Amino acid sequence: MRVEVTINRERYASDVEPRLLLVHLIRDVLRLTGTHIGCDTTHCGACTVLLDGRPVKSCTVFAVQAHGRELMTVEGLEQDGNLHPVQEGFMQEHGLQCGYCTPGMLMTSYAFLRKAKDPTEDEIRLAISGNLCRCTGYVNIVKAIQHAAARLRQGGT
Amino acid sequence: MMPPRTTPEIGGMGHSLKRKEDPRFIRGKGTYVDDVQLPGMLYLDIVRSPFAHARIKKIDASRALAVPGVLAVITGQDLAKYNLHWMPTLMSDTQMVLPVEKVMYQAQEVAAVLATDRYLAADGVDAVEVEYEPLPVVVDPRKALEPGAPVLRTDKKDKKDNHIWHWEWGDRAATDRAFQGADVTVKEDIYLPRIHVASIETCGCVAHFDKVTGKLTVWMTTQAPHAIRTVFALVAGHVGLEEHKIRIISPDIGGGFGGKVPVYPGYVIAVAASVLTGKPVKWIEDRMENLQADSFARDYHITAELAATRDGRLTALRIKTLADHGYADAAANPSKFPAGLFHICTGSYDFKAAHVEVDGAYTNKPPGGIAYRCSFRVTEAVHTIERMADLMAHQLGMDPAEFRLKNFIKPEQFPYRSALGWEYDSGDYAGALRKAMEKIGYANLRREQAEKRQRGELMGIGISSFTEIVGAGPSKHFDILGLKMFDSCEIRIHPTGKAIARFGTKSQGQGHETTYAQILAEELGIPAKDIQVEEGDTDTAPYGLGTYASRSTPVAGAAAAMAARKIRDKARKLAAHLLEAAEEDLLWEPGKFSVKGAPGRAKTIQEIAFAAYTNHPQGMEAGLEAVSYYDPPSLTYPFGSYICVVDVDKGTGEVKVRRFVAVDDCGNIINPMIVEGQIHGGLTMGLAPALYEEISYDEQGNIRGGSFIDYLVPTAVETPKWETDKTCTPSPHHPLGAKGVGESATVGAPAAIANAVVDALWHLGVRHVDIPITPAKVWKLLREHGVTE
Repeated sequence: MRVEVTINRERYASDVEPRLLLVHLIRDVLRLTGTHIGCDTTHCGACTVLLDGRPVKSCTVFAVQAHGRELMTVEGLEQDGNLHPVQEGFMQEHGLQCGYCTPGMLMTSYAFLRKAKDPTEDEIRLAISGNLCRCTGYVNIVKAIQHAAARLRQGGT
Repeated sequence: MMPPRTTPEIGGMGHSLKRKEDPRFIRGKGTYVDDVQLPGMLYLDIVRSPFAHARIKKIDASRALAVPGVLAVITGQDLAKYNLHWMPTLMSDTQMVLPVEKVMYQAQEVAAVLATDRYLAADGVDAVEVEYEPLPVVVDPRKALEPGAPVLRTDKKDKKDNHIWHWEWGDRAATDRAFQGADVTVKEDIYLPRIHVASIETCGCVAHFDKVTGKLTVWMTTQAPHAIRTVFALVAGHVGLEEHKIRIISPDIGGGFGGKVPVYPGYVIAVAASVLTGKPVKWIEDRMENLQADSFARDYHITAELAATRDGRLTALRIKTLADHGYADAAANPSKFPAGLFHICTGSYDFKAAHVEVDGAYTNKPPGGIAYRCSFRVTEAVHTIERMADLMAHQLGMDPAEFRLKNFIKPEQFPYRSALGWEYDSGDYAGALRKAMEKIGYANLRREQAEKRQRGELMGIGISSFTEIVGAGPSKHFDILGLKMFDSCEIRIHPTGKAIARFGTKSQGQGHETTYAQILAEELGIPAKDIQVEEGDTDTAPYGLGTYASRSTPVAGAAAAMAARKIRDKARKLAAHLLEAAEEDLLWEPGKFSVKGAPGRAKTIQEIAFAAYTNHPQGMEAGLEAVSYYDPPSLTYPFGSYICVVDVDKGTGEVKVRRFVAVDDCGNIINPMIVEGQIHGGLTMGLAPALYEEISYDEQGNIRGGSFIDYLVPTAVETPKWETDKTCTPSPHHPLGAKGVGESATVGAPAAIANAVVDALWHLGVRHVDIPITPAKVWKLLREHGVTE
């Protein structure tokens, strides 16, 4: 089946099997390998991407369901050589270790901070509860998101 | 903590440098194994057994081979032609790659399907038809050792039972005497269940055999690439895979925690498939395969006893343990220690007598016995002694903190030889506990607890004052399959004063690219940003045993310092030549040599490096390079004191960790930011098995906890806001005074949580609860003790 998607502001078209998962379209066909796979039960969130601005776990969406829609992956966060505040926050606050869950965490955080301008710690923890991290213990991820929220309130993009 | 010796621009020890790894990871530009895609690459998927014990009567591949894109179905019979259907385990037991006769656990590899696409490989797996004849299943190691139990390892000719080994340590007679004469004794059965490290990246590889050059390259999720290369060569040298023809590349690794030390059958089958086809072959396990078939941790059935005087002085420790190893002993332990370093179970206390016994048993479960983010079996040891210390304190009516302070090994006793023979390097256990008590407000919490108890509320305070044993290790005692457990660093300083350093270890998120650069910056004064750190490629890195058991800083970190010091020795000679001064008249400060009494006469390390290639003296070799293979003289003993406060819901049995203070001591610190991050992560991997994670089996050997649906890795919601602090007691024998930290918190945390829960319930008559402390378990206890209807 023909799938046409816009991903990170660029248009792609591909012929795929109807059963192809979106995460495999992104990783294996489009070769954007920043989006990772960590489970097969929609629990870990490593494969989180934005579909029309909403975070989805791309291991549980068929590629064809994204037809005609807009996708954003971790590779789309940096614009014109400028890191997005969530990326800066994770780096500044040591919000990552092995880096495997990080792209999914970043996409969930990005989507969350578009709605929540000044979130509490509990709100942040709830927002990222669909993304598992085995390395950091989450404390510094919370700080990273707070860092990003502060930057965004100061007019960062 | 000493203030840093170097400027932030140089970035030596003690600076919280931002990580060099992060710019690629936050852009999604890391390269993990599944990101490797080669032209013409094939995919391997695995048929797994639904039975825990069964004879394979027939494997019919015809339907699978009819699937378009399926190229081959590989069975044990196929591998047996090359004698590759079995492999040695790291403990010198044997393990099937693919079976020819029987399967021994649920989810065991039965056959493999090779196809042009990962979906088609999965189609092929679905289409392979296997006929099984179920056999009697043994899941309980106690039953496995009973007379008349079905003998599982029928492949071993003389094996008449399921007993693997008996191991004991200490003075049995002295311990028995101490117990006979004791004022007070306590005894408890403690079970540490099977758990799984569940790194977010599963295991996998891309094997690429080049038929023209005969070279095999394997991108592989491994924590120990060099040792793996040697094992591959030893197992498959007879089919042409000699060691110089094998290149293992461990690229970015998405968490290891011990689970990426062993060789799994999938790796071997992928290699065999690539050698046979001459094409690259990718195998990536999914999460359920990862949880169900990869090496487990723990599964220790422990009976522990403590003896003490009436006034609360510990006198003796006695432990008997039954270790369930599944169908093969595939533990990742040093060869000499089948129960790992479990005999660190005397912990932080000054025992005069101790005796410990462990017996290994075979059952119909996956093989293993790896660590779960801890040095070999140290969590099992720490959990036991810290649970027992609390039990004894409560039994004596003493405060658990007071009891510990009374029994700690004292600072002046170091170096301290334990009753079980280990020589602890340094420690100040009371210092760490007092700091934790002050930080959490211990006295106030005890008052609050007393008031709450009056009102019928359940609140508990738990302490764990652990001592770890890491940095394996001195080669006279430590080897894996005969490979001595040294580690290595090779440094090359380029003419412009920039450097590359390569190591025998492999980071899985610990931040080696940053911390090793900081060690070299400390020793050489070259800015950390100018030092590129590489590991994980056996064609380029010096030989080392890898990263696990918190050994990177104690062993490879020491190698970095020693190699840097060799470079500094040569730099001094070069500086003497350049400055026309005697070597002994030169002063070193990070980054330059100057002439004593004439600080203006100086040469920077960068100028010296340039001279090493452009103006070296007659008779001296050009270049500025060094390599060090470091064999530590002893182990290091990081320690800490953790205090946990829990509230227990009487209606649901739910345990909520209200506060958790962790005071750690890992000696001198290289990067405080990274150390704190390691502790946060370790604490979360201590919380996980304490409250949530378990893999168990029903009587037929069916797995419970084999997916993330019921294997409950904590999310940010369950995880408390960790509070950390530190003391600093340098290791006297490590060149940097460092000790290692990656696993301390995983080791220490579970006992603090379990102790807090028992502390909350002690007055009801509860004496012990096994982890994971689930709401159901607590609710049942509350019911049994008349609290909940």
